[in-house]
Amino acid sequence: MAKRIDVSGLTAYYGSHKAIEDISMTVEPRSVTAFIGPSGCGKSTFLRTLNRMHEVTPGGRVEGKVLLDDEDLYGASIDPVAVRRTVGMVFQRPNPFPTMSIFDNVAAGLRLNGSYKKSELNDVVEKSLKGANLWNEVKDRLNKPGSGLSGGQQQRLCIARAIAVEPDVLLMDEPCSALDPISTLAIEDLIGELKERFTIVIVTHNMQQAARVSDRTAFFNLAAVGQPGKLIEIDDTERIFSNPSVQATEDYISGRFG
Amino acid sequence: MDISTQNTAAPPVTDQPSDAQQKRAARGATRPGDRIFLGLSRGSGIFLLVIMAAIAVFLTYRAAIAIGKDEANFFTTFEWNPTGTPPEFGIAVLAFGTVVSSIIAMAIAVPVSVGIALFITHYAPRRIGGVIAYVVDLLAAVPSIVYGLWGVLFLVPQLDGLYGWLDDYLGWTGVFSWQGGAPRSLFTVGILLAIMILPIITNVSREVFRQVPQMHEEAALALGATRWEVIRMAVLPFGRSGIISASMLGLGRALGETMAVAMVLSPLFDIQASLLDYGGGTFAQNIASKFNEATEMGRDALIASGLVLFVITLLVNGAARMIIARRKEYSGANA
Repeated sequence: MAKRIDVSGLTAYYGSHKAIEDISMTVEPRSVTAFIGPSGCGKSTFLRTLNRMHEVTPGGRVEGKVLLDDEDLYGASIDPVAVRRTVGMVFQRPNPFPTMSIFDNVAAGLRLNGSYKKSELNDVVEKSLKGANLWNEVKDRLNKPGSGLSGGQQQRLCIARAIAVEPDVLLMDEPCSALDPISTLAIEDLIGELKERFTIVIVTHNMQQAARVSDRTAFFNLAAVGQPGKLIEIDDTERIFSNPSVQATEDYISGRFG
Repeated sequence: MDISTQNTAAPPVTDQPSDAQQKRAARGATRPGDRIFLGLSRGSGIFLLVIMAAIAVFLTYRAAIAIGKDEANFFTTFEWNPTGTPPEFGIAVLAFGTVVSSIIAMAIAVPVSVGIALFITHYAPRRIGGVIAYVVDLLAAVPSIVYGLWGVLFLVPQLDGLYGWLDDYLGWTGVFSWQGGAPRSLFTVGILLAIMILPIITNVSREVFRQVPQMHEEAALALGATRWEVIRMAVLPFGRSGIISASMLGLGRALGETMAVAMVLSPLFDIQASLLDYGGGTFAQNIASKFNEATEMGRDALIASGLVLFVITLLVNGAARMIIARRKEYSGANA
């Protein structure tokens, strides 16, 4: 259940290209931390290092430490597959499995983890869909394909799928950028509820969204195109948006660049 | 003011444009390039239908002549003697040989092809995958007569051991018992056909697996799926209809393969209970080996057998289409 993330000296590469350099931060359990910054600053790359998805990309590799409570995710004895079972992820574009029903989508992670009785699966699927505020909309069509839902519903289905396996951390990579404002609001409300149970990290291009949903905000920037992205500062969201300690942060959130 | 009243005034009934004119107006202006391309593509579509109809009409017409003289029932006779009285041309032997050898070929080729395609797209380093894909393409370019030569001169002499083993362990089933004759049986034909249809099934499956959206594979990975689980959750279900289509292309080739089958299969016209005993025949092999010396009646009989092959192919393709359509909403095409 909800764990603390402690990153120190993390650098990530795509082949020989250094995408992010020397990032250190702490993410508190049961809080929402937002990553903001201009395109190409490495915030998504950094997010993907937190569940070892970065190294799935050909040429992707990581140096540094990511501690989940006291366990180093990049330790020699750690299986990346096991990491991804404890650190869930929601993507920019809703990606329910098109060949599976709504029920099977939510149950997919559980079935990976082992065999469950039908009644157990039913319970978890219902609980997860309720947790994602989707139950009332889909309870009568659990056996219909997930791809038949609207974009916002699909994204909540993906959140239900991610939380069904009870991860310690939930990573969200611009989860609302493909959604309309009403669906966005539904997801933002949901994030507020989910932080009672999970540690949440969200990447967003929408600064109002960062201000609305997060407790802490991290600002990333890069010196120039081709240079690695760096963490400029991380602080309480209120402080970042009112009185940041670095000038570049203020310039970015006030719309002077980016 | 004047203009607007003119425009809104209802036209007199007698000036109503004709239906054709209305349709033309609804279509709007067309450009020459559009018209030419429309004509070309529509023409190609029609051409295909005409060719198909021409083949069907030819087969049906010539076959009807033979079937008209069919006093010995051609479904139940096991002989091919179209010049005899009454003329005998047993379709059953050919249908059995064709279908059985193709089923053996599919049983071997489909799993192996899907495995090769998955290895190329999801396991092998890019360069090794490229080399393997190239070799598979080469395999497709080998003419069937060369496969026939290889089959009869190399493959057949190697099979005694396998046949003996099958007879020892599975002989009790009857299907895999072996009397010790030359291994020029339907089973050997099936193995050879499997090798011949491997490239097309592999290549089509490979393209389908390449098209699996990255986001579906990442969805599985992010849930903590291993590579095999990613393939099982995201790749194979997405590629399912493509694998079926690929298999149908391969099956089409297996059903119709002529030269290699004619060279390998022992020309004993009969149905054997065991797959391993020599003898049997397929439609295409039978036509190829008998056509040159056939009389008028003999040719019509061969064409009748060709019609049956045509119908079998249509039925198989129809069945495959139904399987694909049945789960259309889960196909991923609507994602």
